[in-house]
Amino acid sequence: MATKLNEATGTDRAEGRVGDSALRPDGTLKVTGEFAYSSDMWHEDMLWGCTLRSPHAHAEILSIDIGEAVKQDGVYAVLTYDDLPTEQKNYGLEIQDTPALAHGRVRHHGEPVALVAADHPETARRAAAKIRVEYRELPVIHDEESAIGEGAAVLHPDRDDHHAGHVPHPNIVHRQPVLRGDVRAAAERADVIVSGEYEVGMQDQAFLGPESGLAVPSEDGGVDLYVATQWLHSDLRQIAPVLGLPEDKVRMTLSGVGGAFGGREDLSMQIHACLLALRTGKPVKMVYNRSESFFGHVHRHPAKLWYEHGATREGKLTHIRCRIVLDGGAYASASPAVVGNASSHAAGPYVVDDVEIEALALYTNNPPCGAMRGFGAVQACFAYEAQMDKVAAELGLDPVEFRQRNAMSQGATMPTGQTVDAPAPVAELLRRVKARPLPPEKQWETGAGDAMSTDVRALPGGLSNTSHGEGVVRGVGYAVGIKNVGFSEGFDDYSTARVRIQAVGGEPVVMVHTAAAEVGQGGVTVHQQIARTELGVTQVTIQPADTQVGSAGSTSASRQTYVTGGAVKHVCELLREKVLARGRERLGTYHPAWATAELLLEGGKVVTEGGEVLAALIDVLGDEPLEAESEWRHRPTEAFDLVTGQGFGHVQYSFAAHRAVVEVDTELGLVKVIELACAQDVGKAMNPDAVVGQIQGGTTQGLGLAVMEEIVVDPQAKVRNPSFTDYLIPTILDTPTIPVDVLELADEHAPYGLRGAGEAPTLSSTPAVMAAVRAATGRALPRVPVRPEHIVG
Amino acid sequence: MRVTFTVNGRRHEADDVWEGESLLYVLRERMGLPGSKNACEQGECGSCTVRLDGEPVCACLVAAGQAEGRDLVTVEGLPEYARKRDGTGTEEGAAELAPVQQAFIDAGAVQCGFCTPGLLVAADELIERTPQPSDADIREALSGNLCRCTGYEKILDAVRLAAARQDAEKVEGKV
Repeated sequence: MATKLNEATGTDRAEGRVGDSALRPDGTLKVTGEFAYSSDMWHEDMLWGCTLRSPHAHAEILSIDIGEAVKQDGVYAVLTYDDLPTEQKNYGLEIQDTPALAHGRVRHHGEPVALVAADHPETARRAAAKIRVEYRELPVIHDEESAIGEGAAVLHPDRDDHHAGHVPHPNIVHRQPVLRGDVRAAAERADVIVSGEYEVGMQDQAFLGPESGLAVPSEDGGVDLYVATQWLHSDLRQIAPVLGLPEDKVRMTLSGVGGAFGGREDLSMQIHACLLALRTGKPVKMVYNRSESFFGHVHRHPAKLWYEHGATREGKLTHIRCRIVLDGGAYASASPAVVGNASSHAAGPYVVDDVEIEALALYTNNPPCGAMRGFGAVQACFAYEAQMDKVAAELGLDPVEFRQRNAMSQGATMPTGQTVDAPAPVAELLRRVKARPLPPEKQWETGAGDAMSTDVRALPGGLSNTSHGEGVVRGVGYAVGIKNVGFSEGFDDYSTARVRIQAVGGEPVVMVHTAAAEVGQGGVTVHQQIARTELGVTQVTIQPADTQVGSAGSTSASRQTYVTGGAVKHVCELLREKVLARGRERLGTYHPAWATAELLLEGGKVVTEGGEVLAALIDVLGDEPLEAESEWRHRPTEAFDLVTGQGFGHVQYSFAAHRAVVEVDTELGLVKVIELACAQDVGKAMNPDAVVGQIQGGTTQGLGLAVMEEIVVDPQAKVRNPSFTDYLIPTILDTPTIPVDVLELADEHAPYGLRGAGEAPTLSSTPAVMAAVRAATGRALPRVPVRPEHIVG
Repeated sequence: MRVTFTVNGRRHEADDVWEGESLLYVLRERMGLPGSKNACEQGECGSCTVRLDGEPVCACLVAAGQAEGRDLVTVEGLPEYARKRDGTGTEEGAAELAPVQQAFIDAGAVQCGFCTPGLLVAADELIERTPQPSDADIREALSGNLCRCTGYEKILDAVRLAAARQDAEKVEGKV
């Protein structure tokens, strides 16, 4: 047996319906260690795959000699570009510019060059080290100047993608302006004009479960792939052509996913493991170690942002000018969509009629960047919220008051011309976080009088014992953000669900089958809740996600509860009609209400709206199961105009606000976040405990970007810190109390009125922390993550 | 080489172990115990935390040979370990989960779950050592276990819940 499938069964606390805090169906498997993650896959006779990666950021490959590697005992295969089986050598989410294995040239540090399969992972690693690759290093493109300056080498010379025709330089992946109103005239009305230059470092998703999976060759010449991903069908569409196989010969099953956060949107080891399995005829397992994981997935785009805000003395914004330059790295990944997001959210959740916005993503030799939680809106939010504080200070206004005077509400017009046609409680979210009592001061002081002592764990520097309170200053800061939900800009964004109901042991049991990737967010819990609610049953089983059912779209863009949740709801409604039709057919003569009344499924029974029971579900079903299957899509969107950026580009908007309370050791530049309160509108809390968990997790990732997380890339475009020793993510000691206030203002366009919730808290967390650090230190601090030398320097 | 040690009360043996293999590799790949997770392979994340003669250690940093003849507890053995220690349940009516495992489920402390096995072993050891831990104690004890999903709030809730339940059982005279 190749794998154990993580079939999610079980019921829950309360009734487990929509709005209940139902428990995770996979919770028991996850606490006992039985849940099978992609790195836990095992097969008799399996081999281990290993990737040889480029030590250079930009180089010509002169030759590759695999002789010594192949000769090593225990090695079954060594593959290079020359072994790719078909004409299709590249893959990519939107633009197929990423070579499955490098050919002639490497464009970033860590690019895959060759593959080894061996009978032990260490054997594979040692063999890979024996592959001799001769490189000739090339000048490195590492910033805007080197990318589009005179004489810059073109990284992808033969571009024929759909952005190639409109970009001003071939090293620009995509550029999107958003122009509205008359900025020059508006600027003349401004009493104050404030400008600033900001920078966001490269953040990593740092999911804990490394890229991994198992490819098992099958007798029909195809392959079964067990893998952790965010979107099975997108993987399939990219994998099959490179393997030279029709899609039905690449059967994918989702194995346990140890977190994602955008980092599993792109392929990592999928094609490689399949190539090795098909070549050797044996199952091949690949598991990245942490260092390789830092090279194996795309990161959050580092960005440089220039902003100008104008406002009247009355505290009303007049205009915004901005330019956002995102570093997309060597390959396109999700850069075009990140550009669309950065530009369309660049003004923030504020009413401002006159804007000139430009966002673009570069091709460079830096590590490829793509999707990460917040997706382009994070970088913009850090900058526009810093600007809002600056303008408020210039006007002598309270920063929350200034934001509230400009806050958008339902009916507002975005810079793209799109009307915000659902609740947008921006001012209210700010009011709520501000109204919270502040945490007590000097929590490091314990006891009183002579017995007073210091708990250094409550101080910046913690157990390093760097301060007993001297030099420590408190600061408070606020921020609010806006994030789209779902895939935008005209993308046909749908999901597919198959739902079956049958009698098992005298009970009606529902089985829900989708290809939605459960990555930890709790989609499986919510899908069960929806099925229970719509079909009036308690027992709901979630089938393992695979490609035997239609696409569910990606577990990203805060969309899966909305879109796959919407699909499950829709298909349950179709199935309910089938159940009732069968009931009318079989039992209709027993009661007149079958023919006339609106009928519901409740508590395992068919009931009238008045609550009269017509039949038990199992009596309606008999021995024959009923099944329904359908796609479901949210309302369509449209592309942004390439010149003006105007268009109904987004499905839905999501809002969160934070208040950060920090204590800063102003002598050493150390920051301790004391509390990070969040208020967020989720439309409908489908599972209140789970949504709070999402908000707290997203908030913490924003904290990480503010004070510690950065992939350091040197001027030679080499990654300097690919490990958890040198790339820091918040520990439980770094993470404060995160009180959460959840609003439920229904969006009438969405199933149950829900609003995608996963990303918004990641936006405002970072600027709130930075506003607090600025308040404590009086420094401008235009860059995240902030480092001690920025504070004391 | 051959290594032999006790895992969760059972003697395990593995042959042809390469000297460089970690305890984590041998548990996961040779003994069929993949519950302990490999997330960093350098002792930074705590996902592979196991008890080695009672001490919580990162199994990725222990060479398999160092465990020779010693006694290990992994997440797979937590229910039985807790039962024997706490004297709760009987062999027949034994709880399927250790109290700390149930508390993680009930408090919503599990999202992707990759950090969970290591956190459970560490949290169980904390409550064993300090039955009524303060929040500062919990944060200190779990500071070697990274979680990327939860923001730790519900993990704190889970440990508080497990400690409170244990206390309630004591009051009722069960322990």
